[in-house]
This record gives sequence, C-alpha cells and structure tokens, in this order.
Amino acid sequence: MMNGRVSIRVEGLNFFYGKKQALFGVSMEIYRNQITALIGPSGCGKSTFLKVLNRMHELVPGARAEGRVMIEGADIYNNGVDVAQLRKNVGMVFQKANPFPKSIYDNVAFGPKLHGVRGARDLDAIVEDSLRRAGLFDEVKDRLREPALGLSGGQQQRLCIARALAVGPKILLLDEPASALDPIATAKLEELIQDLKSSYTIVIVTHNMQQAARCSDSTAFFYIGRLIEYDKTEAIFVTPAKKETEDYITGKFG
Amino acid sequence: MRRIDEDILEVRRLILKMGAMIEERLEMALGALVEKDERKAQMVIESDDKIDQLELEIDRISRNMIVLKQPAAKDLRFVFTAIKITTDLERIGDLLVNIGERVLEIVNEPPLKPYVDLPRMAEQVRKMIRRSLDAFFEGDAVLAQSVIADDQFVDDLNIQVFRELLTYMMEDPKNIRKALALSSIAKSLERVGDHTTNIAEMIVFMVQGKDIRHAPHEKGE
Repeated sequence: MMNGRVSIRVEGLNFFYGKKQALFGVSMEIYRNQITALIGPSGCGKSTFLKVLNRMHELVPGARAEGRVMIEGADIYNNGVDVAQLRKNVGMVFQKANPFPKSIYDNVAFGPKLHGVRGARDLDAIVEDSLRRAGLFDEVKDRLREPALGLSGGQQQRLCIARALAVGPKILLLDEPASALDPIATAKLEELIQDLKSSYTIVIVTHNMQQAARCSDSTAFFYIGRLIEYDKTEAIFVTPAKKETEDYITGKFG
Repeated sequence: MRRIDEDILEVRRLILKMGAMIEERLEMALGALVEKDERKAQMVIESDDKIDQLELEIDRISRNMIVLKQPAAKDLRFVFTAIKITTDLERIGDLLVNIGERVLEIVNEPPLKPYVDLPRMAEQVRKMIRRSLDAFFEGDAVLAQSVIADDQFVDDLNIQVFRELLTYMMEDPKNIRKALALSSIAKSLERVGDHTTNIAEMIVFMVQGKDIRHAPHEKGE
C-alpha cells in the first residue's frame, strides 16, 4: 500500500485530557520526504495527534499520552529526552501566524541563538538560507530589520516556517497553516510545502479537504479519536475503503 | 439532501433517458430491416440528434459538478463514470445511424435470406444495454459483470453471420452488395456490444472502485 523510509512510528497511542480520552490506540507510520495530511471533523483528535509528535501537549495541564512515539528511531517519551532538542528536530507552525514582535531578522535568528549560534556571519547565513527555503528572502531582503508584524498574513506565515527551519529540523508539523490566508497566499504556501518535502518530513493538519487532496502524498482520516483510514491520498479521495471516510469526504457528516 | 445530489439525480435521469432512447432506436433499426420499413430506418437516422443533445447536456452538468461541487470518492466515481458512459452511449447512437443507412440501401429489394441471426444479435445487445443501465441505476456490480460476460455471444454471432454471408457472396457475385450491407450491420451490432461492455466495466468501477478495463475478464459466473 504505502512505502518509504519511516520517519515517525506511532504505536498504540492513547491520549487523555484529564479524564477525557482524546485518542484511542492510534498506530501509524509517517514517511520521510512525504507530505502526510491529517483530516477529520473538529474534535477528531488530529491536532492532538500532531501535538503529541513534539510533546507540545505537555503545556496543557492534565494532558497525558500513553503508547510509543518513535521519531527517527528514538522514543521521544523516554526519560532523559531533551524536549528543547526534540522541538529543534520537530518544528511546528500554527494556524495563526505568530511572529515575535521583533524584526524579521530576529525572528529567524531567535532559534539558532537559543541553540548557541553566536557569530554574526553564521547567523546571517542561517537567516538568509531559512528565508530562501521559505520562499520569502527576495520579498524581504531589503527590510530585514523592519518589524515582522508589518508583513502580510501570508508572508508572516512563511516567516514562521523560516523560523522553524532555522534550527535545522527534520520534521515539520503544520497545524492548519493556510486557514487564515487568502487563495494566493495559500497557493504559495502549498507550493512551498511541495518544495520542502525533498528535505523534510511534513505532516499537515487541515480542515480543507481540497488542500489535503492537492498537496499531500498520504492522508490519514481521524474520527472521534480513532485513526479510521490511512492510505495514499489518491486512494482516500477516489476509492476510500471505509464508509466513515467516504461519508466525511463526500460531506455526509454533520 | 446535499447540493451535489440534485446534480447526480439529474445526470442519472438523463443517462437512463439516453439509454431508453437507444434501446428503442435499436429495436426500430432492426424492425426496419426485418419489416422492410423505410420510414423506420429514416426515423432511426433522424432521431440521433436527440441523443447528441443529451450527451451535451450530461457533459455540461458533469463539468459544472466537478468545478462547483468538487466531488470525491463515490461522487467522483459517479461523475467520472457518467462522462465515460455517455460517450459510449453516444457512439452507440452513431452506430445505429450506420445500421439505418445500410438498411436504406437494401430495404426495397428482396432479402437475401430470412433474417435469424441479426435479430438475435440485436436482441442480445439490447438486453445487454438494458441490464447495464439497470446495473447503473441500482449500483449493481454483479449485474454489470454479467453484461461483460455476455458480449462473447455477440462476437460469436458476428463471426457466424459473416461466414454465412461469405458463402452467399461466393455463390453469386450479385449477392455481394446486399451481403456487404448485412455484414456491416452485424459489425455495427458487434461494436454496440463492445461499447456496452465498456459501460458495464465503468459501472463496476463506479460501484467497487476497481478498474477492470484492459484486464483479462473472469468469464461466466
């Protein structure tokens, strides 16, 4: 069905917000240099699943994960895993662009500085490279010292991707990255994601099924905390095997 | 009801209408031959325009459905199938025109022989068309599969008819003109069977998501 080199392996994942269980026995393999889309109705667990991949949920009081999450062969829930290191490896971009109230340059340089890069030349190189990878450099090269909040929404979102790329991640988690963007900025972002997949493993949560169909290689459908179906995107959208998937993507839910 | 369902129902209705017209014209074409009815042959030829108009209408709705309703899964397979089988139905319509034209060439002359195999062929393809439309309407892949299996009989009859006509042509060169017209009718019917098989294959895809075209068919049930 699907193949490739496994980047993320999740086994028997249960997840709880306090007493409420949000994920039930989810197991799946996510492949390197592929774009994997997570779809499903609100509250299905797809965003929770994404957060578990870099332990972002630990910021939520009472949230708890059970099961195994192996990233590039290592269990990220082992004692002694450095969470800062994990998040350097597994970058995340959110629904709403959230640049720091700093200059464009400082936004991108922030992560590398935190991880100990000091030389101005090194930082310059990282900032330029990250902005280039995020397809933003040419648009901002003459105003790197200006406030990031002066950029358009689409540019801010690409800046957030540049910021994530600056610390050299292997995996990029995108939580509805285009939901606040207009169609042109969305198209640019989707194109960017395609360009990035040769270097990264990309997991994208989206409410927009057309977006999942357009830009992903594999699609996972979540419903009430369960992984219902996971297959090549083409198979999910043309010949889904499960009735729940069929109903969701043909709009028969809710 | 979802908004796309209105379009699906309409396309479905138009395809069934197209199929019913095809069936009727097929009977009329063979009636023209057997009953030596020039008027019927003429009607078969003239009524093709209605089939063409239906094709245009189905294509228009399907095209709009793709861009406006963005069908997926079952809905996508439906609209894809609708577009494909409409093309086949339209081609069947054209073949019926060919049959009508051949009938006109020989209708005013005494028949070469009593017609047995041609009406049998026509009846067989008519049943195939009917069953494939039923399969389309009911979403019945098993019924569609049976249509595919039945095409062999049509192919065999075509060969049989051709052999027989060949002996008439060898007996007397004066028979050649009529025999060629009849052989062309048989060939057209055989092609109708092939298009009907295409339709049935698409219906299997629509229902099961399995593309069985260009694969060795499982013969018989």
